Order: sequence, then C-alpha cells, then structure tokens
Amino acid sequence: MTWLWVILGGVVGTWARFAVGAWVARRWTPLFPYGTWLINLSGSLFLGWLYAQVSLHRISEDWYAAAGSGFCGAYTTFSTFCYETLVLWREGSRALAIWYVLGSLYGGLVAGWFGLWLGTRFF
Amino acid sequence: MMWWALAAGGALGALCRYALSLHQAGDGWPWATCLINWSGAYGLALFLTLALERWSLPAALRIGFGTGFIGAYTTFSTLVLETWRLVLVGRFLEAAVYVHLSVAGGLFLAYLGRRTALRWIGGGEGR
Repeated sequence: MTWLWVILGGVVGTWARFAVGAWVARRWTPLFPYGTWLINLSGSLFLGWLYAQVSLHRISEDWYAAAGSGFCGAYTTFSTFCYETLVLWREGSRALAIWYVLGSLYGGLVAGWFGLWLGTRFF
Repeated sequence: MMWWALAAGGALGALCRYALSLHQAGDGWPWATCLINWSGAYGLALFLTLALERWSLPAALRIGFGTGFIGAYTTFSTLVLETWRLVLVGRFLEAAVYVHLSVAGGLFLAYLGRRTALRWIGGGEGR
C-alpha cells in the first residue's frame, strides 16, 4: 500500500513544483533560476522536519511515505538544477552558475539542518 | 492537459525513485539516490536538448516527461537528508564526499547528456 501514498504525494509534489516555478517566473524574469532554488531549499527544510517527526514517532510511516518520499522527493529536483546550471554556464553567466550551485548546495544543507532542528526541538 | 501530463509523469517518476530506493540499505552509502540523480541529470539534459533543438514536441509532452517524470524521479531534498543522516552517525568524511560527488557528478553528466544529444543532432562539438 505504501507505493500508493508515494504516488499520491508524488503527483501533488510535481504539481506544486510546476506551480511555484511558474509563479516565480511570472514575477521575476531574471537569468538566475530563483524558482528551483526556492523549491529545493523549502523542500529540504520540510523533509528535515518530516524526518525528525517520523523518527520521534509523531507521524506514521504512511504519512512519511506520502509527504517525504512522495511530496518532498517529487517537489524538489536534482535534474532541473543540473540543467539550469548548464544553461547559465553556456549563456555566459559563469559567475551566476557558480553562485547557483553553491547557493543550492550549501543553502539546501542549511535548510535541511534547520528542518531537522525544528522537528526535534519544536512541534 | 498540462496538469494531467504532469500528474502522469510525476506519479511514474516518484514510483521509479521509490522502487529503486527500496534496494538501498538503511544505514549504508546512499548509492540509490546517487544513481537516480546522476541518471536523471544525464537524461534530462539529453531529452531537453533534443526536445528544444531538434524535435517539435507538443508542450504537454515535453513538460510531462521532462518536468513531470525526470523532475519527480530525481530529488534534491533526499540528497540533503541523507547527507545529514551520515553526519548524525559520525560519518563526516562520507557525508562530505557523498554530497559533493553527487553535485559534481550530476553537473558533469548533464554536460555529457547535452553532448550526446548534440552528437545525434550533428550540431557541432563542445558547445
């Protein structure tokens, strides 16, 4: 049954990524991929919080499958991050490409740690 | 139409990722996520280069497969969480190697994916 929860979360996560990406792109039309950056950081924060919650048995394994493996897994994306870096690099903004990689990598790690911390200390 | 294509791609992508992750030992090296992210990075660059520069695919198909399937198949949040899980059990070196190797390998494979597509198109080298 778990795979059904993963599918459900996966569909909602994919929709959320598309909606947030489109929303950010409508507001700002910069070279820098703020949409994916924001998505990957917020998803890492949420997954960290969820993992703390399931480790402390505050949410069920089924919820974790839907919200963690399904939603967060599908909401955040690695392939688009790599592709956007490639496009940035190719189109001449090499400094921006490097900032994008560093900002996603270390920003994502900080966000994930903050989520874990929130999940163990509060809520 | 677009939303249904995204749903179908996203469902399949999440399911493939979940199926592969089941073969990963809970406390070992997260090789499944690494494999997923690397293959997806290569696949997306290959697909998008062909889709945007060679084929004239309907937008729903391009977004359903690229954004939906490959986007949901690969994951960033799990990479971050697995790095911290290694740190939490004191495997600092492995955590650092895992996260940096994932990103560096993904970027290199995306580059290779584009190169492969360009070779198929015949549109020049090294772009």
